[in-house]
Amino acid sequence: MLFVKKDEQVKSLNRWTWCKCTCLHLTIFFISGGPVELLIKNKLNEALHPSHMEIVNESFMHNVPPGSETHFKILVVSEAFDGLPLIKRHRLVNTTLDEELKTGVHALSIVAKTPAQWSENPQQIESSPACRGGFGK
Amino acid sequence: MLAATRLLRTSALRSVRWCSVRVGSKEYFDDLVAQKKVVVFMKGTPNAPRCGFSNAVVQIFRMHGVEYNAHNVLEDETIRQGIKEYSEWPTIPQVYINKEFVGGCDILLQMHQNGELIEELQKVGISSALLEAETGQGDKSDK
Repeated sequence: MLFVKKDEQVKSLNRWTWCKCTCLHLTIFFISGGPVELLIKNKLNEALHPSHMEIVNESFMHNVPPGSETHFKILVVSEAFDGLPLIKRHRLVNTTLDEELKTGVHALSIVAKTPAQWSENPQQIESSPACRGGFGK
Repeated sequence: MLAATRLLRTSALRSVRWCSVRVGSKEYFDDLVAQKKVVVFMKGTPNAPRCGFSNAVVQIFRMHGVEYNAHNVLEDETIRQGIKEYSEWPTIPQVYINKEFVGGCDILLQMHQNGELIEELQKVGISSALLEAETGQGDKSDK
């Protein structure tokens, strides 16, 4: 009798843990975006130690299947940009995400600011221009 | 007779030049970006851009009244990949002013917003239509 009870307890505990895990994973998925977005976030964090960062997956605005991770807009505020002209800041981000840009990420719109610029004018990330067809990639 | 020989010689020289330059090679792009003060590599054509970012570049240059050479990368995969390697820049559009790579849509937009574009154009002898409109208006208000 005792064993049965224990068994049931274990089962219900397992079910509860599974439920919690799934919920957690789903929450993480919806909050932090897909795997590519997460990878971009991690790589930029590691390379530029940004004081502020926003990543927007704009793929839904383009001629690609739903759930794609091909078009991104990123805002990075980092001390690493201090004293660098715009083109070099963009190159820094592009180099950091070189692998992603070669494999699946097709469009990357970048706003790169220094912490001083950011505190002067913290802007909302603007939406990119509307897609005009392209070739689905 | 002499003229005909000269013509033949120049056309022969030209064909040799074109034969020796492989499409998509560094020399090919060196030549392409030198053909005009402003050169744009984009998706689609200025009249029918096929991408929002390329369209933004077209609109900016239209506002400034700048004439430029546009190359549609969707027409030739060799150029599409080649220009990315040549500029070491992973995305299209790409803008060249006076043979120098300036950047893509984001950078051009920012240069347009902070007035840097007018300065860069002036450096290569192009007077922006926006600047002319501004001085024109200034004259009027002075009167």
